[in-house]
Amino acid sequence: MECRLQRGPCVGEEIWVDSRTVYIGHKDPPPGAEANIPQRYPDNRIVSSKYTFWNFIPKNLFEQFRRIANFYFLVIFLVQLIIDTPTSPVTSGLPLFFVITVTAIKQGYEDWLRHKADCSINECPVDVVQQGKVVRTQSHKLRVGDIVVVREDETFPCDLILLSSSRHDGTCYVTTASLDGESSHKTYYAVQDTMAFRTEQEVDSLHATIECEQPQPDLYKFVGRINIYKDKEEPLARPLGAENLLLRGATLKNTQHIYGTVAVYTGMETKMALNYQSKSQKRSAVEKSMNAFLIVYLCILISKAVINTVLKYAWQWSPDRDEPWYNHRTENERQRHMVIRAFTDFLAFMVLFNYIIPVSMYVTVEMQKFLGSYFITWDEEMFDEELGEGAQVNTSDLNEELGQVEYVFTDKTGTLTENNMEFIECCVDGNVYIPHAICNGQILSAASSIDMIDSSPGGYRREHEDLFFRALCLCHTVQVKEEETVDGIKRGIHQGRPTSFYISSSPDEVALVEGMKRLGYTYLRLKDNYMEILNKDDEIERFELLHVLNFDSVRRRMSVIVKSSSGEYLLFCKGADSSIFPRIVSGKVEQVKARVEQNAIEGLRTLCVAYRRLSESEYQEACHHLNEAKLALQDREQRLAQAYDIIERDFVLLGATAVEDRLQEKAADTIESLHKAGMKVWVLTGDKMETAAATCYASKLFRRSTQILELTKKRTEEQSLHDVLFELNRTVLRQRSISGYDRVSVGLSVDCLDFGLIIDGATLSAVLKANQERAGSGNYREIFLEICRNCSAVLCCRMAPLQKAQIVKLIKASKEHPITLAIGDGANDVSMILEAHVGIGIMGKEGRQAARNSDYAIPKFKHLKKMLLVHGHYYYIRIAELVQYFFYKNVCFIFPQFLYQFFCGFSQQPLYDTAYLTLYNISFTSLPILLYSLVEQHITMETLKRDPSLYRDIAKNSLLRWPVFLYWTCLGVFDAVIFFFGAYFLFDNTTFTSNGQMFGNWTFGTLVFTVLVFTVTLKLALDTHHWTWINHFVIWGSLLFYVIFSLLWGGIIWPFLNYQRMYYVFMQMLSSGPAWLSIILLITVSLLPDVIKKVLCRTMCPTATERAQVTYCHQLHSETKALNCLVSRLGVRCLSCISCKSIPLVNHPGRPLGSLIALSNSMI
Amino acid sequence: MMASSYNAKDEDGHITVSGPGGGTLRSKKPENTAFKQQRLPAWQPILTAGTVLPAFFIIGLLFIPIGIGLFVTSNNIKEFEVDYTGVDMSSPCFNCSQNFSWNSTKPCTCTIPFYLDQPYESNVYVYYGLSNFYQNHRRYVKSRDDSQLNGDVNSLMSPSKECEPYAFHENKPIAPCGAIANSMFNDTLELFYNDPNGTRIPIPLNTTGIAWWTDKHVKFGNPGGNNPNLTAAFQGTTKPVNWRRPVYELDADPGNNGFINEDFIVWMRTAALPTFRKLYRIINKKSSMVPTLPRGNYTLEVVYNYPVRSFEGRKRVILSTISWMGGKNPFLGIAYITVGSVCFFLGVVLLIIHHKCGNRNNSADISN
Repeated sequence: MECRLQRGPCVGEEIWVDSRTVYIGHKDPPPGAEANIPQRYPDNRIVSSKYTFWNFIPKNLFEQFRRIANFYFLVIFLVQLIIDTPTSPVTSGLPLFFVITVTAIKQGYEDWLRHKADCSINECPVDVVQQGKVVRTQSHKLRVGDIVVVREDETFPCDLILLSSSRHDGTCYVTTASLDGESSHKTYYAVQDTMAFRTEQEVDSLHATIECEQPQPDLYKFVGRINIYKDKEEPLARPLGAENLLLRGATLKNTQHIYGTVAVYTGMETKMALNYQSKSQKRSAVEKSMNAFLIVYLCILISKAVINTVLKYAWQWSPDRDEPWYNHRTENERQRHMVIRAFTDFLAFMVLFNYIIPVSMYVTVEMQKFLGSYFITWDEEMFDEELGEGAQVNTSDLNEELGQVEYVFTDKTGTLTENNMEFIECCVDGNVYIPHAICNGQILSAASSIDMIDSSPGGYRREHEDLFFRALCLCHTVQVKEEETVDGIKRGIHQGRPTSFYISSSPDEVALVEGMKRLGYTYLRLKDNYMEILNKDDEIERFELLHVLNFDSVRRRMSVIVKSSSGEYLLFCKGADSSIFPRIVSGKVEQVKARVEQNAIEGLRTLCVAYRRLSESEYQEACHHLNEAKLALQDREQRLAQAYDIIERDFVLLGATAVEDRLQEKAADTIESLHKAGMKVWVLTGDKMETAAATCYASKLFRRSTQILELTKKRTEEQSLHDVLFELNRTVLRQRSISGYDRVSVGLSVDCLDFGLIIDGATLSAVLKANQERAGSGNYREIFLEICRNCSAVLCCRMAPLQKAQIVKLIKASKEHPITLAIGDGANDVSMILEAHVGIGIMGKEGRQAARNSDYAIPKFKHLKKMLLVHGHYYYIRIAELVQYFFYKNVCFIFPQFLYQFFCGFSQQPLYDTAYLTLYNISFTSLPILLYSLVEQHITMETLKRDPSLYRDIAKNSLLRWPVFLYWTCLGVFDAVIFFFGAYFLFDNTTFTSNGQMFGNWTFGTLVFTVLVFTVTLKLALDTHHWTWINHFVIWGSLLFYVIFSLLWGGIIWPFLNYQRMYYVFMQMLSSGPAWLSIILLITVSLLPDVIKKVLCRTMCPTATERAQVTYCHQLHSETKALNCLVSRLGVRCLSCISCKSIPLVNHPGRPLGSLIALSNSMI
Repeated sequence: MMASSYNAKDEDGHITVSGPGGGTLRSKKPENTAFKQQRLPAWQPILTAGTVLPAFFIIGLLFIPIGIGLFVTSNNIKEFEVDYTGVDMSSPCFNCSQNFSWNSTKPCTCTIPFYLDQPYESNVYVYYGLSNFYQNHRRYVKSRDDSQLNGDVNSLMSPSKECEPYAFHENKPIAPCGAIANSMFNDTLELFYNDPNGTRIPIPLNTTGIAWWTDKHVKFGNPGGNNPNLTAAFQGTTKPVNWRRPVYELDADPGNNGFINEDFIVWMRTAALPTFRKLYRIINKKSSMVPTLPRGNYTLEVVYNYPVRSFEGRKRVILSTISWMGGKNPFLGIAYITVGSVCFFLGVVLLIIHHKCGNRNNSADISN
């Protein structure tokens, strides 16, 4: 189809603002064509580096101070510099400087590496055609419009339009592994009119322009048009699509070279570069509560400072207190205005108490998340031998969110099921064909093996059968991949050796084509637009492929238009039954429908096949529609869909196929565990209801006892949506009120009657739409949510990709704001993966898009169990403790300073020495909590896996709720009061050395600080349930470090310090007996309430977790008991068994305890 | 009796802490090390009533005797305290406190009689105590120059800015500079024993051993090292404003003069709380036969130089004996007894609870 540019408006000839015109070879279009203003494009320089030599320092500093923690430190530091504050600027300046420098060095180094990488990319040689010659130049010198030559195995230097290829059919093969991870070879097509070019000169003589859209990041979309000017003629316009565009980063394969490709997008405008922009940030619930706590503490900080400032001025109202004779102000200070003085005092108090905002918490949390996420990647159990890959962590920000999941949205195909399709049967007009040999992925000999049930030959039947098999052989987008040799096709197929195999983006298609092969019809290849088929009689049939009406998930079908050797135009279509049946005009609909339904119930994936004979005129018309749509520059998709809709009608039904997709290993077990863990599992699939429901039963999403509620189109056709919704709601509520009481006592609703809901896409959109239209009457959305809330499992079938995301969004926005998780493997799941709080991708067969866009990627669905129940659980309790502990330890740290102000005339005198203030969070108490948050396991992994209901204990952010936070804060305040007043009464107007000498204020502070460091560390030790050597090392090590540091710090007159106030303070303190006694006493008292609380809670109302801990212990016990009793027969006393400390049993992971018991039993 | 379990999950305790990312080598299979698989052998203690009970009883049993010991020791310490501020009309020092003036050249002396009703057997430590005196005020605490006090000549002539407004006087650097030094306690206290036959026997007061050894020998030092001529060493400096004598005339003994004067060092160690005492003198025991301070009448002679009434302060003199745990302080003993008893009591309570609930839980566990 041609389109005259200058004449009347062609389709899609609207004014198109967001377009660019590329002049191939930088030649001007013939005069009079179009006076285009030359556009400016960037050169082909890839800049992945963030900084240049000059802007590194300012830009890097700016970036770093945008982080709240650094900024806070900076403000404090500046305040300390400007005004006279109690602590020296060093206390905040040093850590700040350290953090900033280290980060800057790291980022600088990374950027230097990027610079180097950029350089090597930008300077790599590229062949460009200039004045009819191939000239070698550097990659970054490429400009839009240059004609580039690329050879085999080279990577494309920018986004290119393919003009001609060394292959005669104008195609080239490309792998985009580095772009989207798909390693299969994809075929790209040269522009029709230029594919014949063979030499540089020919290519150079081309006079054409390309119009295309401005760069956009979608890898799979490209809309453009090439206008070819020939001598004096009107320009020829050809459509350009994604199949003509070679993307930067992809690699040329199996093609010697491609000539004359034209750069359209260069440098930072290539799709690859556009795709490296970061995704939107997801924030975890823990982070949100962390920020809420921070705000509370900020308020506490400010109110502390205000209280102290007010009290200070109230206290020093009398001048004798303000300025007693022994303590005068300087003249400068005296002259300062009262208000300024008060404000300075306020700031000074802020500085004094600033440590209550645990700035180091941010650093620690980040380190914990970053380092902690390696445990996921390292997990051997989540490694899949077959794929050769383990779990991947794309963001470590959401680790703890894995422990908070309430709703799981899962895709079916490829996620619950293997997506390893196997052709089971086909049915032509009700006659069923089943291939004998069951084999996957390999090509068998073409020997026909058809097992025909009910064979009653007849002309009509015969014709349909032939058409059916040909339809399946032709209507697909499968490629034949030969072994590396080019002439392998002939050898491979003809000698019946498995040297070639089929590749397609859809495993269904491969299964079908392979199934056909087993039934005797072998698809050989596509050559020069002719599809070759080897039929049952070993004859090669050739069909000219005229058009492919590609599959899309909205239409749910695909078609091809071919011309048979006899000159007939045939349209073959295959697709989902729902999209085919309405377009059928004849054929044995009833029989096929029955078979399809039966297969669907068995959980098979069914497709219907239909055809239509086209007359010459019909074909021309179809052709016209298609080309018009293809040429459109705007709304091409929409126009294509319209065109397809027009063409794909009046079908004659041929038959149906059934393909099995087996359940993934342990999918049922995983779903059951998730259920027990209190999660609601929703299956969202594009499949038919029957197929999906069968899968759901197989995967135990629905049990036999589950009462199924249907909310489908079939039902809403009978009743109004309104009635159905209300009826279902009533059923659910009634049931709940009956069983509500029982359920509490039973706990798990295993035997209890539970509900499963089935809803289809059409009804869902009706529910959602109704809400938008009339918000007032009957809020369907709420009722729907209410029903869903009471269903343990929901199946949504017939879902479009966007609807999946809609569902997730709907649940996310419901009033409890539950944490959602979406898991899927295909491109159609990406939207829901991005939408959910946690998105998990399965490294599936349908490419890597889901895995790339996910937060975590796992090889198989079964790994979800460990991911959530073990890793998620651990991460959550770890980070919860980390956050609470950080606030606690800083309350303990700062509150004594606050109390001290009441005894030093509100003069902002710090209680602790500068070194202690600086190092408390950095080194004395940092490592134990970091290591705790990396290795803590409050319950063993086996217990967590065995008892999924433990997951409920941490649901709803239970460890970071306000009461818990309040408890920790109160504990911190209590401890601080104990520290301070303990020391206060000890120092109260007496001496506590044996030589009568007195201690000063720094000894007072050091005593408080020593008790503080020990208490805070031991508190963590009390919370640790899992003492590995690392914990021992870090906890005892950091206490030891504190002592050694203090000895050293006080042991020397430090020449660089202008004060020596700590000299020998620590040693003198340790030389006093009462100091030791009071340290021990104060530590004991501070830890006492927490211990009592723990023990009482455990004894009075143990949580499931606590019970499990004890049970685990008891189990170990009973085993020992048995063994010990056995031993006791030999004269050794049977140990009384409350303790299981002395048990030398080795409990190997995965080895059930029961076996040990059995073992001991058998021994007895 | 620890309700805990030792779970050696993996005999292979081999740990490889390979850097995150695993470098460029992409062998994708994760290593099967105990650390990476989170299967390090671990001790898993659980805080149950069973575990904690013994600990409580042990703490109770340990703390109560310690507390009793401390309490008894504290009670055995003899301490005598007399307030000589002179607030009351009846007080002998009333006049001195009323007529105080910084410029007066004639020292004001007052005499306070007191009676010790029991003999002080061992060494007796004489303290002076101040109340309502904020030695821990921030402006005050930092108003010193440690390098000057250490004998640094540069700092002697140019004291640190922290000393302001007590750094320079009449354009001469003050030695020692700062508010702390300036306000040094300068009352002189003398003790006399009134023999029953009427004679006043002066009691020898030892001026050394009242400051930390390390302070005197390391932290503080006179400029010019061991130069015996302190007057020359302090040439060019001036005395603190409130002082009557320059620093090199604090004591006749060259080993206790200048910055290393022990009274000065004691004062320079700022107290933690606004009510404090500082060691003034030590009365050494002469022989084992005679008590250091026998029972009887004593006279305290005070040269009243130090004003405290302007800020409502108090001045005291304390005579105290010392035990291994220092001066009289019943707090520690009482605290130990209290905590010990509380632990013991809690132990009993927990035992009861454990007995009641523990059985229930256990049975529940078994039924599960």
